[in-house]
Amino acid sequence: MSTPFYVSPQQAMADRAEYARKGIARGRSLVVLQYADGIVFVGENPSRALHKFSEIYDRIGFAAAGKYNEYENLRIGGVRYADLRGYTYDRDDVTARGLANVYAQTLGTIFSSAAEKPYEVELVVAEVGAGPEGDQIYRLPHDGSIVDEHGSVAVGGNAEQISSFLDQRHRDGMSLAEALKLAVQALSREANGNEREIPAERLEVAVLDRTRPQQRKFKRIVGRQLTRLLDADGAGATPTDAPSDTEEPEGDSTPAAGTDTPAKGADGPAEGSDETTEK
Amino acid sequence: MEANTRSTGRLPAAFLTPGSSSFMDFLSDHSPEILPGNRSLPPLQGAIEAPHGTTIVAASFPGGVVLAGDRRATMGNMIAQRDIEKVFPADEYSAVGIAGTAGLAVEMVKLFQLELEHFEKVEGATLSLEGKANRLSTMIRSNLAMAMQGLAVVPLFAGYDVDREKGRIFSYDVTGGRSEERGYAATGSGSVFARGSMKKLYRDDLTEEQTLTLVVQALYDAADDDSATGGPDVARRIYPIVTVITDEGFRRLDDTESAEIARAILERRLEQPDGPRAALL
Repeated sequence: MSTPFYVSPQQAMADRAEYARKGIARGRSLVVLQYADGIVFVGENPSRALHKFSEIYDRIGFAAAGKYNEYENLRIGGVRYADLRGYTYDRDDVTARGLANVYAQTLGTIFSSAAEKPYEVELVVAEVGAGPEGDQIYRLPHDGSIVDEHGSVAVGGNAEQISSFLDQRHRDGMSLAEALKLAVQALSREANGNEREIPAERLEVAVLDRTRPQQRKFKRIVGRQLTRLLDADGAGATPTDAPSDTEEPEGDSTPAAGTDTPAKGADGPAEGSDETTEK
Repeated sequence: MEANTRSTGRLPAAFLTPGSSSFMDFLSDHSPEILPGNRSLPPLQGAIEAPHGTTIVAASFPGGVVLAGDRRATMGNMIAQRDIEKVFPADEYSAVGIAGTAGLAVEMVKLFQLELEHFEKVEGATLSLEGKANRLSTMIRSNLAMAMQGLAVVPLFAGYDVDREKGRIFSYDVTGGRSEERGYAATGSGSVFARGSMKKLYRDDLTEEQTLTLVVQALYDAADDDSATGGPDVARRIYPIVTVITDEGFRRLDDTESAEIARAILERRLEQPDGPRAALL
């Protein structure tokens, strides 16, 4: 029988925060970036089946780092919340802000309740707007706070270092290939400053593409399309950002990202083909 | 009813309970009053006057399936609406057309679409075409009490089976009984005439364009003999809704395309009011 020691509330909270942070830091990092036509999610994920990114609603995507069962639970809760709200009111009434609020309340309540263990997760909720100014990205740390992010955000193990790397290099109006390239560069930096190679098959990539003709803007980028985007990126990585003549599609889309938009939109429902037809 | 208005604003337990990928299962746990099947009607004398949708037809061709519907809704002997839409995409590879009480039918379709989308988002994979058809069956069955009061909903479900690589058609009865149809099918008040028309015109080697003409012919024949089915309305430019599902997904013909088909048929019918004649032997 041990005597219960007095633990100050500050100490108790600090311990819980420490516990949650350590749990999140064990997971691999992921990044969410704005690009000209939407928002791209990039992360290292050896699993093909257990996703870090997923669709919540028409324009809303979800990304999570940390403990799988906990964020999966929150993800399903979010899908249910969004679907119920859209069914009760209208599809337009489901917003990332509303969803982020519900997540924040949920995480906050769990974090401060002594009866529950804090969730070891950090979430990102993103909504793609009709134009870049309408894009919203919210980061939700383990304690229930909400951070309204612009441009780029990183969560997970090495988040701080990756964020500062991204902050310095991310620009508005990047093409998808450029944004993807930057994301992979950021993710391959290790805490000790070394760089390592992340092969395409270990990458999980998804976009919220505002130019998609369908109502649902979320799309996973896999297989051929991903390697093509990355190959263009590999060629572009050597001469540092300067678009060379050899990689025409990316060179084209850099100065005039707007011009390929109508072509993409007109392509119709054929999945994935919209990128290949540009070549 | 909505997550945010309850208690602390945190997601209620039902939202975070693992297990089901079905939106309807979740609703029956969390807010059963929203589910159509949970409403009780007071005992009534006679039928309730509500708009009814009429004829839906479907026909398959090598590589896909076509689903089409007329635009009329009737209430008793009145025309309730001239331009009602009764054919909806259920998801990327399937569509549903509805005959019966319009209000309930539209709600059923909305819930059905959401059920498929919800499953897809939660599981990360789509339901099989059979699975979708069975889900619709359950929904019709839950409406049985209403159907007994005269508020029946009888849909026609068509989709492209990605595994078998062909278009398939499922028809239903009011009790939720489901049967797969070969070639062509029709539901609603004009279905008898539409089916008769397609029986004489259908071949299993029709092209996509020919099948589009076939279903509009069938709708024309249904409108010809059934007062509740609307024919092409040239004056108001209201034409049937025609949709095609192939391996490229769902596509709804735009107004000019369906107007073109309807007008071509109309032109021939000016010379031959009963439409194309089949061989006698």
